Amino acid sequence: MSTPTGETTYYPEVEQSERLGAWSGKSVPRKEDKRLLKGQGAFVDDLWMHRQGHVHFLRSPYAHARIVSIDVSRAEAVPGVYATLTGEEVGALQQPFFQMAPEPAGLMKDYCMAVGKARYIGEPVACVLAESAELARDAAELVEVVYEPLEVVVDGIATIEPQAPVLHEEIGSNVAWHGLYDYGDVDWALEHADHVVRIDRLHFHRFSSTPLETSGALVNWDPGTGVVEFRSNNQMPMFAAMFIGPAIGLGIDHMQFSSQDIGGGFGIKITSYTYLTALALLSRKAGRPVKWSESRWEHLAASAHGNERTFLDIEVPVMSDGTILGFKVRAFDDAGAYLRYEPLGAVIWSQVVPGNYRFKHVRVDYTETLTNKCPVGPNRGYSRLQHLWLIERIVDIVAKELNFDRVALRKLNYVQPEEFPYETPNGCIYDSGDYPAMLDRALELIDHDAWLERQLASAGTGKRIGIGIGSTLDSGTNNFGQSRIINSALPFSGNGEAAVVRLDLYGEVTVTIGTSPQGQGHETTAAQVTADILGCSPDQVHVVAGYNKAANTYVGFSGTYASQFAVTGLGAVMGAAERLRGEIIKVGACMLGAEESDIELADGFVRLAANPDAAIPFIGIAATVFANVAELPGELADSVTLNCRYVYRPPFTVPDHETKRGKLTLTYASQVHAAVVEVDDETGQVTILDYAAVDECGRKVNPKIVEGQVHGATGHGVGAALYETFEYDGDGQLLNSTFGDYHAATSLDVPHIRTGEIECPSPFTPNGAKGMGEGGGAPLSTIASAIEDALPPGAHIVFDTHNNSERVHELLRSAAQAGPRGVEVISR
Amino acid sequence: MAGEGAVHAIDVTVNGTSHTVAVPARRLLVHFIRETLGLRGTHIGCDTGNCGACSVICDGQLIKSCMMLAVQADGCEIETIESLGEGVDGLDPIQEAFKEHHGLQCGYCTPGIVLNAKTLLAENPHPTEAEIRRALKGNICRCTGYVNIIRSIVAAAGAQGEVTR
Repeated sequence: MSTPTGETTYYPEVEQSERLGAWSGKSVPRKEDKRLLKGQGAFVDDLWMHRQGHVHFLRSPYAHARIVSIDVSRAEAVPGVYATLTGEEVGALQQPFFQMAPEPAGLMKDYCMAVGKARYIGEPVACVLAESAELARDAAELVEVVYEPLEVVVDGIATIEPQAPVLHEEIGSNVAWHGLYDYGDVDWALEHADHVVRIDRLHFHRFSSTPLETSGALVNWDPGTGVVEFRSNNQMPMFAAMFIGPAIGLGIDHMQFSSQDIGGGFGIKITSYTYLTALALLSRKAGRPVKWSESRWEHLAASAHGNERTFLDIEVPVMSDGTILGFKVRAFDDAGAYLRYEPLGAVIWSQVVPGNYRFKHVRVDYTETLTNKCPVGPNRGYSRLQHLWLIERIVDIVAKELNFDRVALRKLNYVQPEEFPYETPNGCIYDSGDYPAMLDRALELIDHDAWLERQLASAGTGKRIGIGIGSTLDSGTNNFGQSRIINSALPFSGNGEAAVVRLDLYGEVTVTIGTSPQGQGHETTAAQVTADILGCSPDQVHVVAGYNKAANTYVGFSGTYASQFAVTGLGAVMGAAERLRGEIIKVGACMLGAEESDIELADGFVRLAANPDAAIPFIGIAATVFANVAELPGELADSVTLNCRYVYRPPFTVPDHETKRGKLTLTYASQVHAAVVEVDDETGQVTILDYAAVDECGRKVNPKIVEGQVHGATGHGVGAALYETFEYDGDGQLLNSTFGDYHAATSLDVPHIRTGEIECPSPFTPNGAKGMGEGGGAPLSTIASAIEDALPPGAHIVFDTHNNSERVHELLRSAAQAGPRGVEVISR
Repeated sequence: MAGEGAVHAIDVTVNGTSHTVAVPARRLLVHFIRETLGLRGTHIGCDTGNCGACSVICDGQLIKSCMMLAVQADGCEIETIESLGEGVDGLDPIQEAFKEHHGLQCGYCTPGIVLNAKTLLAENPHPTEAEIRRALKGNICRCTGYVNIIRSIVAAAGAQGEVTR
């Protein structure tokens, strides 16, 4: 692949399949739907094993406390209680989980339950196994824990002050990671710019996409074989295995993972490995299968939250024509009490250093900190959406302060369509896109000009109208080598996924994949590409539901996360299907007495292209290879299995630890959203009047599934922007730990979403597709932009991602107070 | 505490089958449906009556089965998702509309939402978008942003699949 000048080679040339088309690209109805619509799905709580016990976790009511003693004797005396497990026992049975942070944070001792000290509200301190869930819960009430409460820190910046209580004594401070990302020459840019826009503080709040199905598992440590079976809804099972195995002394060969239907994940179900570890230990101790279903309270308080990030001292150099040269910022990311996927978030944002823009000079002084709050985990748009929101705030604020048109300023600074593939200041390659056309389409969808008129007409009515724009990226197919940027010693790089496509005895096409879908329709899209390659119908393709390690179809990266299935998952399926196609043609040519080049596959038959009547159905091929093999020449019989495995590997190299440069992701899906809001002058109530989402994700395999992902990502963003936030008080108590208090967005909260599309196939993927589904958090940028547009002159800037009516009311009032606005401009 | 406590005999009809069964006083209806009867299409999402994953139809009304004790269902007729559609594979028209319009993703909220749609359309065969949104308020979906759920219900009501505002 080369740039328009033909000088730079970014990746080895990719051969794109010419066979896709008969089924790929069409909105084929989903294979999954029948069972889910009829209540026949198999979710984790639907599973059952003979002799199983039910688990209840006893959790810390303190955000920070020394555990003086735990007495389980009264609980264990209850008839029907099988076993208990305490943190103290865990300390003896488990090695601390592997840490990805370099020292000193890498010295952190993290266990599956609190050992010695509890560090956030809801941290498990003991668990009880009993014959029913109700009994386990009752018995847990009888466990006596003596706590010695400690000083609490919940502020992600104050936590690194010398007087703050230290969470992990072995680290010696609350700094989880610190590093300087410095690209271009931002000092030069600030010195030579015509204007410098300074923004004091922006804050990205803590929320979670909260799947409707909470975490759960049925775990059995088999005493006979020593194999531990984990039937769970963990969404990244091989990552979980890498943490669980060394912690409790199990080889990967002694761990079996499976899942069928998962009721939503959004990243939050990646870090459930801590619970799986506790369940494995409990099962071994009790000699029984153990079943655990997390309650909603437990999920909200103690599964994982999205990263909270505060941006300080932002300086933006701007030229008089509107060219934004870049920015510098100090970022503080609050990881909560433990590092369970972190500090990967400290590098993952750098997949999108300049956002959708041509910024050349960017300096981010990045600190990740520890606080007495729920540990964070990857949440839809993970770590990039915080950074992308910062960038969109910068662009809007620059436009407003320097009197540029927001649309024109974006178009001027966007990476231009003819510049793809585009190399960012840190060496990432944006594969394709057309951001100006997407912006035009989004504005057209909301009828921007008509709203501008209504905005003028609304003046003085008490109902302020604001129009917002958000442009974001959904970078997909990670290069895990970026982990070396935060810790050069980490043994990870590249990415990949495995698939097996086989022809079974009666000619059935069966597909297994290493992914663990949570509603993304993998069975359907995998069947579409397989059908295209094998010349049959998707109805003839059976894609095995869910993940099963025993199917031997996995690599270390297997799972469903981080916008990559369309590339890695389908890349693996396509590769395996091509191999099977080759074998079918080979056998068919022999049986038809023809050359392989004379053969075509169509309608589930192997046939002569020149004479379609000379045809063998797939069953004829399969039955011969499996059950009538003496009919075939020995050499041919030895060379086919009809059971074809393929591992798709994106063409990555290892990024550079010192310069923090490299190709961090393969594809860059993009979003431009536009919204119209009405802000009530008296109450600060925000109502969305119109909303449009334009998404570009390369060649689509199933447009309806893609649109569904766009709707869902938009719904999450709208919910977070206006309703959903995790609020802790000064004692570290979570104030909204039910769905009622947390206010997961309802049908009255998410507006109708108009969708538009633009297709820019990726030149780097085998099918032209890009990973998608996370959506870049575009609604957070868009709604902040719209609210700011609605505010009266002189108001404070919109400084937070979460803008409930109370906060908007304060912003409205700030206009009359003529106080600091959170921004200043220095012009030359 | 300890043990299952007092037990009461109840008569309850579920999907046309009558059950006379002794249930512990504190057993929730949702657990009775899932664990005792083994009907796993009724899901649990929040325990606090907010999410609607456990919605079932009780005497013609949509209720949240995590908010009701099994003993309170004595004498009631209950319909769960398993009552819809012919046999093992058949989909009823509402389910067909959800499939056609991609009204589900992970499928966890889906049984509750489909039953919600069934009760709504029984009362109001041609609801407006606003009426559908009001009816759905107690059923949370985290995957779809509700757009295609509303399209599906409009389609099931026999109108066009495209929602206009």
